[in-house]
Amino acid sequence: MIWLNVVIQGVLVGGFYALFACGLSLMFGVMRVINLAHGDMAVVAAYVAVFLTPHAHIPEVWAFVVVAPLFGVVGYVVQRTLIQKSIDRDPFTTLLVTFGLSVIIENLLLEIYSSNGQIVNVGELIVKSWHPQSIIYISYVSLAVLAAAVAVLGLLQVFLSKSGTGRLIRAVADDHEAAQLSGTNYRHIFGIAGAIAFATVALAGISYGMMTEFAPTSGGVNLLFAFETVVIGGIGSLWGTLVGGIALGIAQQFGAHINPEYQVLAGNILFLVVLAVRPEGLFGKRTALA
Amino acid sequence: MSETLLEVDDLTVHHGQLCAVDGVSFRVDQGEVLTMVGANGAGKSTLLRTVAGLHHQTSGTIRFQGVNVTKLAPQRRARLGIALVPEGRRLFPSLTLEENLQVGAHHAAKGPFSIERVYELFEWMPARRRQRAWQFSGGEQQAIAIGRALVANPQLLLLDELSLGLAPIVIERIYALIPDIVAHGVGILLVEQDVTLGVGVANRVHCMLEGKTSLTGTPGELTSAQIERAYFGGEMSATGPQHENPE
Repeated sequence: MIWLNVVIQGVLVGGFYALFACGLSLMFGVMRVINLAHGDMAVVAAYVAVFLTPHAHIPEVWAFVVVAPLFGVVGYVVQRTLIQKSIDRDPFTTLLVTFGLSVIIENLLLEIYSSNGQIVNVGELIVKSWHPQSIIYISYVSLAVLAAAVAVLGLLQVFLSKSGTGRLIRAVADDHEAAQLSGTNYRHIFGIAGAIAFATVALAGISYGMMTEFAPTSGGVNLLFAFETVVIGGIGSLWGTLVGGIALGIAQQFGAHINPEYQVLAGNILFLVVLAVRPEGLFGKRTALA
Repeated sequence: MSETLLEVDDLTVHHGQLCAVDGVSFRVDQGEVLTMVGANGAGKSTLLRTVAGLHHQTSGTIRFQGVNVTKLAPQRRARLGIALVPEGRRLFPSLTLEENLQVGAHHAAKGPFSIERVYELFEWMPARRRQRAWQFSGGEQQAIAIGRALVANPQLLLLDELSLGLAPIVIERIYALIPDIVAHGVGILLVEQDVTLGVGVANRVHCMLEGKTSLTGTPGELTSAQIERAYFGGEMSATGPQHENPE
């Protein structure tokens, strides 16, 4: 029963990892951009939820309703300006630019909000949980985050596979020059993908703030877990991202159960094993590596 | 009376230091096929890509239906009615056959071609429309690439090296489509290394040698010896046609 609980807690945290990672996966899959500021954008979203939305008389629990669309707009603008300009130079420039962005964001947050830990206040909900078994506690917040992750990935999957815009996103990811020849402005499509990526990372950031304390430097470690999630799950597969997140979550919980110090180590070991044995990831295609 | 679709005037294009296209001028009218012949590296594909907007010219102008499109982005030119079937097909490999056509039709103009019409032209397509593009053979991919360009209902179709890497029987079938397309009033600018094929469907022929125009005329006016000289350059005419190129 103890192991069942380990698995359940792993699945719950895995849902969060998947939510966090899907924007990273989308930006890499479509634009071939590795956004090193991805984790910091999540942290910014959490700060916006804590410090800015109360001014608009929106409870922090509901902040995502405003922050996610806001980040969608920010994502479009950042993609069309800063990131597109870097793509136009070469792939290494995108790494440098997003790394620089990450440094700037962290330092601005430290300057404005100090290094004190913050949480997104969800009131009583934080302590409530479902208790189906003597030793199994399922936190409502974690469950909600898992549900949000499944919903976001599901909607994204349907959007990409069924809608006309989703089809253009996939076409542009395959060959943006050929898409131009069919009348598609690929920069605009990149912008839409950036908007989706930023909106999902805002949801992830607020979720993170609901589950645990965050500080200006929380982005880095989460970015690492997001990378591991994407690599384990496989690039270009949304359900792979969910499975990757859950696999990482379970590995970490197993490690933590043996010794709390082994939590991150166990996740890293799983990541390295997948990278060595199946570099395309559990659900990735070999061609995605080419 | 056929109208002039495309007017290219004194076009020069560089690849870095290399001058790939050097002061080339020509025009394409509605419902006619202009074939560009020339050896590998003569600048034909660069010329076509420049007309489509994928390369920037160093100098010269490109006018389409009287509008100066020289500074327009490729997607703007596509929406005006210029469609390029690029060298190497360039399908969207992870999309299905049908999705490839749907992307082509996304910004389509009104006109005779639709996905259904393409399915009539290529009878094997409907049964396999849910297969991913990378699963098709080279000839099938070429047909899909042509279909993807046609569903946009272009006024001008740019065809780059249709025959490259395909079996003769497949090439024959693909070339058989050209009269059908032209009958709808579409102008075609065809680039071809295979002179016999290219000249066979042409109303007019334009030969390029090392980036420059070396010969122009109608297939009736030009002798094969003239074309050969224009293709390889003057001194080489005695060696006869060479279709293999060391490049």
